[in-house]
Amino acid sequence: MKFGIVTFPGSNCDYDAYHAVIDQLGERAVYLWHKARDLEGVDVVILPGGFSYGDYLRAGAIARFSPIMHEVASHARRGGPVIGICNGFQILCEAHLLPGALMRNSGLKFVSKPVRLRVENTDTLFTHRYEPGQVLRMPIAHGEGRFVSDRATLDRMEQEGRVVFRYVDAHGEPTTEANPNGSLHAIAGIVSAEGNVLGMMPHPERAVEPLLGSVDGLGIFHSVLERVAA
Amino acid sequence: MSLFRIAIHIVPRRGLLDPQGKAVSDALHALGFSGVRDARIGRFIVLEMEASDAMDADGAVRQMCERLLANPVTEDFEIEGVHAIEGAHVS
Repeated sequence: MKFGIVTFPGSNCDYDAYHAVIDQLGERAVYLWHKARDLEGVDVVILPGGFSYGDYLRAGAIARFSPIMHEVASHARRGGPVIGICNGFQILCEAHLLPGALMRNSGLKFVSKPVRLRVENTDTLFTHRYEPGQVLRMPIAHGEGRFVSDRATLDRMEQEGRVVFRYVDAHGEPTTEANPNGSLHAIAGIVSAEGNVLGMMPHPERAVEPLLGSVDGLGIFHSVLERVAA
Repeated sequence: MSLFRIAIHIVPRRGLLDPQGKAVSDALHALGFSGVRDARIGRFIVLEMEASDAMDADGAVRQMCERLLANPVTEDFEIEGVHAIEGAHVS
């Protein structure tokens, strides 16, 4: 299977994603330059973390108008899997491929640390290899990760099981203290209505081998791999 | 065509937590400005653009705000003034 990793000016987790796919998953991956107008036949698109366009205006606001995003949106409309990690999640929201927006962390600081996530829905393209309620360890590294949306959208997403990851404490509970950025409903990751677009602030590509302190991110890659290859 | 200068205010929507505004409001209280009830911090954009008239300029800027300059989920925008720049006529 072939992953396409989009590189915007200012992306900095593209190589991490590449490493995860090539070395840990043993699959193929190509970098896709943001000015490209062709996805080179990839099966899965990854929008990596970083600071595309220096986060000017708003995180992801300018990247969403890069030529490649037109192709990414078409791929998503065809049901193709898209994974947006950190800045990639911000770009997906700005591009309206996911609802809501990501605002400045409630504590104002950039937060870089490992967090715990609870898997809220295992019946998705990206999470079916996890156990329901499983608690994962992954790093976050962001200044603008506070998920917000209007009440109606939030309620609908909850009802439809589209909140796939929530920040939790050591007991697996979504406490205020365990929420690193003030996200509504402690939301760390969501999927689109059709289920083929995932956006998450934590970094699964940095949790793919024991050397990195966690292998909990692998489940996402293996989930999508199994479904798409099938 | 004339040249216009347009000022745009973009602020976080009321009701959404604006941590920057809150930190500033707290600091103002600490300075003794106890009357401050709320502070919201956004951005101020000044554009210079060509347009046939002020209405045309205003319409274009409104679209710019809706499509790029403001995020409709989290921000409100206000176009403050569309002023023709004296003597600057563009052919």
